[in-house]
Amino acid sequence: MSSDGVLIQATGITKRFPGTVALDGVDFCVRAGRVHSLVGENGAGKSTLMNILSGVYGDYEGKLDIRARGVAMIHQELNLVPEMTVAENIFLGREPRTALGLVDRRRMERNAAALLQQLGAPIRPGQAVRELRVGEQQIVEIAKTLSQEAEVLIMDEPTSSLSERETRTLFDLIRDLKAKGNGIVYITHKMSEVSALSDEVTILRDGRLVKSVPFSQTSIAEIIRGMVGREGKDFFVKNPHGIGDCVLEMEGLCLDDTQRRGRRLLEDISLQVRAGEVLGIYGLMGAGRSELLGSVFGLYPDQVSGKVRIGGTPVRIRSPRDAVRCGMALLPEDRKQDGLVMGMDITRNTTLAALESLCRHGLTDTRAEKARTDEYRSRLGIRSHSNRQTAGELSGGNQQKVVLAKWLLTNPRVLFLDEPTRGIDISAKNEIYKLMDELSASGMALVVVSSELPEIMAVSDRIVTLRDGRIGAEFPRERFTEESILKAALPAT
Amino acid sequence: MKAQVKQFLDKPVVKPLIALLLMVIAMTLLSENFATADNLFNVLRQVSVNLCVSVGMTLVILTGGIDLSVGSILALSGAVAAGLTRNGLAFDGANLFLGFTFWGGILAALLVGGFLGAFNGWMVTRFKVPPFVATLGMMTIARGLTMLYTGGFPITGLGASFRFLGTGWLLGIPMPVWVAAVIIVFFAFYMKKTPTGRYIYAIGGNPRASLLSGIRVDRIILWVYTLAGLLSAVAGLLVTARLDSAQPNAGTGYELDAIAAVVIGGTSLSGGKGSVPGTVVGALIIGVLNNGLVLLDVSPFWQQVIKGFVILGAVILDKYATRKQA
Repeated sequence: MSSDGVLIQATGITKRFPGTVALDGVDFCVRAGRVHSLVGENGAGKSTLMNILSGVYGDYEGKLDIRARGVAMIHQELNLVPEMTVAENIFLGREPRTALGLVDRRRMERNAAALLQQLGAPIRPGQAVRELRVGEQQIVEIAKTLSQEAEVLIMDEPTSSLSERETRTLFDLIRDLKAKGNGIVYITHKMSEVSALSDEVTILRDGRLVKSVPFSQTSIAEIIRGMVGREGKDFFVKNPHGIGDCVLEMEGLCLDDTQRRGRRLLEDISLQVRAGEVLGIYGLMGAGRSELLGSVFGLYPDQVSGKVRIGGTPVRIRSPRDAVRCGMALLPEDRKQDGLVMGMDITRNTTLAALESLCRHGLTDTRAEKARTDEYRSRLGIRSHSNRQTAGELSGGNQQKVVLAKWLLTNPRVLFLDEPTRGIDISAKNEIYKLMDELSASGMALVVVSSELPEIMAVSDRIVTLRDGRIGAEFPRERFTEESILKAALPAT
Repeated sequence: MKAQVKQFLDKPVVKPLIALLLMVIAMTLLSENFATADNLFNVLRQVSVNLCVSVGMTLVILTGGIDLSVGSILALSGAVAAGLTRNGLAFDGANLFLGFTFWGGILAALLVGGFLGAFNGWMVTRFKVPPFVATLGMMTIARGLTMLYTGGFPITGLGASFRFLGTGWLLGIPMPVWVAAVIIVFFAFYMKKTPTGRYIYAIGGNPRASLLSGIRVDRIILWVYTLAGLLSAVAGLLVTARLDSAQPNAGTGYELDAIAAVVIGGTSLSGGKGSVPGTVVGALIIGVLNNGLVLLDVSPFWQQVIKGFVILGAVILDKYATRKQA
């Protein structure tokens, strides 16, 4: 280690992709024993910069001086082999060998167990990764990176699928690593994490360096201003408007568990949603939030029992198609897996759910498709250089807006939003909140699932908590308090 | 201007098209017999059978599937058409005999092909059998049924209408080429302009997002395999008509030629990307290559080796070009 503790010094880094400059003359420095937070909206260039530091991209302009012994990156996406065990995944390609050159399973599992214990996770090294929850897989991913014993660790939104407790353990570990002299780069959208961990903060915007300062010399408000690039418009404020008749009604909805016979994932759910109303559904992971939306949307036709009425008329929904025809729309939690066809362009993704209504004489109408896409592109503020760009090339916030545009084109009466702002930057978040407000003002019924309490309290007219697949409690807007809602969501013990 | 050229070159069909043109130019220079009307129509007539099969294969591959049974379905449909028009259908117990006209035979062949294709689709959607396995099973089943129906012997002598379909000319163009051309034009249009065509691409690109967008994914997959079966039956009719005889081992290995045409034409085996025109170019490349190697007197054994390398080369080129863009 050099005397000033600099592990990585990047100077004037520029990276071009066809048609765009992803990074434009950015300086970045990682020091030993420091946590350097990297913040910026989606598409600001954070991931590109980290891919350069960790050696994924070799062709860039500028000077990169790496003095650290090894740079390891924990990716946002999980890169695990589901069929292999936890230990095999952690040491993939670097398996400890016996004298004969065979894989030393015992040593591998012992080392894996030690790493997992350090992370405070009750995961067995011999378990297959596919059996783990997403949060647990994330921990395995972290363990895998730790096992490389690199001096610089890059963490790209590591807590996005971790529980509260797992997050705390990770933070303790980060402080340990810091004390041992490792340099840490921490990418996040959560300001609470920035203030809990940072020694230094670097803000990127549109591929440019906004500023890089010690955390003690700045504030969260200033950071947000730097990210957004304009005077921070205050947090979203809901406009009050009238609420109409009941649009969607569930009565005694149950969802059977296919894995455990006789158990139910949802039990006796009865809910009403009115026109112009935003109903928030809050619950911890595994409480059945997404399952509730999926049950109404026809994803589990053979496991669901109970009644659903739309506008007072009983409906039988056996597939997403039935749901769409009844005027429902679902913005899924995982937009890459469930929301978009990544290889298709913006137009085709936008018109996918309403294609038949845009047809003339049974044939697709290119002009109508383009007109409708342009309309929603400007209405939702989708940023792209053309409608021909594929969905995969867009940033998270713009992808989410394309999924939203797809559903708005179907003129739904009920819109379900499952974690609508996950992995989306602050300004796109605010835009989506505003849209939700406009939609409900126009008489649409909205059902929002979110694990962020401030978010769900800001957007909802009414909140229902779910715990263990049952309805916990219901709160009208005037009785919203963080404590009472959280308490109603915690499992009864 | 430069950007427009680049955009043009990036169109998936353009690269194979350039390769085809280069091949045609090279062959014209190398052999004086190549660029004659007789020879070119000969190439087209030979390609027309593969074209029918390949168009169906394109749709299947676009959904992310594969169909290995096309050659066997081709043989069975051809045999059924030939057998029914020649011998009719006798129900001895009921003392009933049904004679078949030319059109009756064609209809029966299409029904057989469509039904077997639908069976493939049913296996894939209802029982979630991987397409490779489902159609591998059908490949063997349909071949066995062909053997049972024909007793292992060719059925020959089908009459003037069939001979016209196989060897006749209309407005100066061979009949099989007409048939292939109609199919190509129809399906190129179908894929580009109908919602179903769009859904086929969407399903190949992301089946789950398609389902959640309200697309009847299973129904469309079933339909695509049915179409592949139907188009194999059309190819079976062409083969049978051309030889004036249904051979029990007709169509053996045709699935590989069709897959090769699809892949050379720039369609991705993982689904969602590709086109019917691309496949047409791919099939023409294979056709010109076959014809050219014969004209140049290359031994049949070497022909196979060369064809194999062309397939590999095409895929590598395509991969390389795509990576450069990303």
